[in-house]
Amino acid sequence: MTTDPRTMGCQEFRDQLSDLVGSGAVVENHPHIKDCEICRELYEQLQTIADAARQLFPDQEPEDSLWERIESAIKKED
Amino acid sequence: MAQHQTILTATDISPQRKRMPRSRFQKQTPEDSAPDSTVEKENTVQLGDPAPEATPPAPQLSPDAEILARAQAGDHHAFAHLYSLHKRRIYSLCLRMVGNVAEAEDLTQEAFLQLHRKIATFRGDSAFSTWLHRLSINVVLMHLRKKGLPLMSLDEAMEPTYDDGPGRSFGAPDLSLTGSIDRLALERAVAALPAGYRLIFVLHDVEGFEHNEIAAMLDCSVGNSKSQLHKARLKLRDALRLTLRKGDRR
Repeated sequence: MTTDPRTMGCQEFRDQLSDLVGSGAVVENHPHIKDCEICRELYEQLQTIADAARQLFPDQEPEDSLWERIESAIKKED
Repeated sequence: MAQHQTILTATDISPQRKRMPRSRFQKQTPEDSAPDSTVEKENTVQLGDPAPEATPPAPQLSPDAEILARAQAGDHHAFAHLYSLHKRRIYSLCLRMVGNVAEAEDLTQEAFLQLHRKIATFRGDSAFSTWLHRLSINVVLMHLRKKGLPLMSLDEAMEPTYDDGPGRSFGAPDLSLTGSIDRLALERAVAALPAGYRLIFVLHDVEGFEHNEIAAMLDCSVGNSKSQLHKARLKLRDALRLTLRKGDRR
C-alpha cells in the first residue's frame, strides 16, 4: 500500500530516496519535499554527491609494460 | 595530484558521460538506426549500378566478434587485441576499487589471466564486456576478501543514519547550499567506504551501470543494489560533513 505523497511522513519519504536520487525524476515538486526542509536538504545533498561522482576517478591507461607481464604469465601457463 | 583538487560545482558537471555510456546513456537516436555508412551508400548509388543481389550475403561476424572468436580459438594476437580494447576499463575499475597503482596492475593482470583461461567458455549469453567486467569484479572481490577487508558493513554502529541530518547540525557547511564538493575530499571518502558499498557506488554513480546490470554482475537483487547504494551515499554525506567540519577548525 503506497501512501499519498501529500500526507507522507519523513520516514516513508526517505525509504523512497534510494529510488529518487539520481533517477532523473523531478523530485523538487514532491509534496513532502515542499513542506519538509530537512528532507529537501537531505535529498539535495545526496543528489549533489551522485552528480559529483560522475567526475571522480577518470579512466586511466595502465603502463605499457603491463601487457608484457601478462604475456609472460600466459606463456608460463601454456 | 593537483588536478584532484578541483572544486566541482553543479554547472561543471557535463550531462554526457565520457566513460562507457552504457544502457542509460545509450538511447537510440535516428542517427543510430541509420548509420552514416548506410546513408552514404544510398546517396551514392548511381544510375547503371548493378542491382542489389537478390540473395543476402552470408552473415558475417563484426570485427569485434571476429577478434573474440579468434581469441577463443587460441589466437594470441587476437587476445592481445582484446587486451588493448578492454585494458583501460578493467584497469580503471581495479584502480577505483583499490586506489593503488601497483595493486590495480596486479588485479588487471589476474583478470586477464583468468580471461585467458576461461575465454573458451564464453557463450555469448551476455555482452562480452559485461562478462569480462563481472569476471574482473570477482577478481577484485577475491582480493579484498583475502586482505580481510569488510565487503559490507554489518556493524550497526557503522550504518549511516539520518541523525544529525540537515538543519540539525551546528556549524556544518551545507553541501546543497554551497553547491560544490571538493573532489579530493569526495574521492577520499569513497576510498574509505567499506568495499561492498564502494563497489556499488563506483559501478552505479561513477561508471553508470543500472541497478539491474549491477545485480546481475554481483549476483544480488536489484533491491539490494539500491539499498547499498543509498547507504553508500549516506555514508559519503556523513564523511563529507565531517571533512567540512574539520576544515572549519583550520
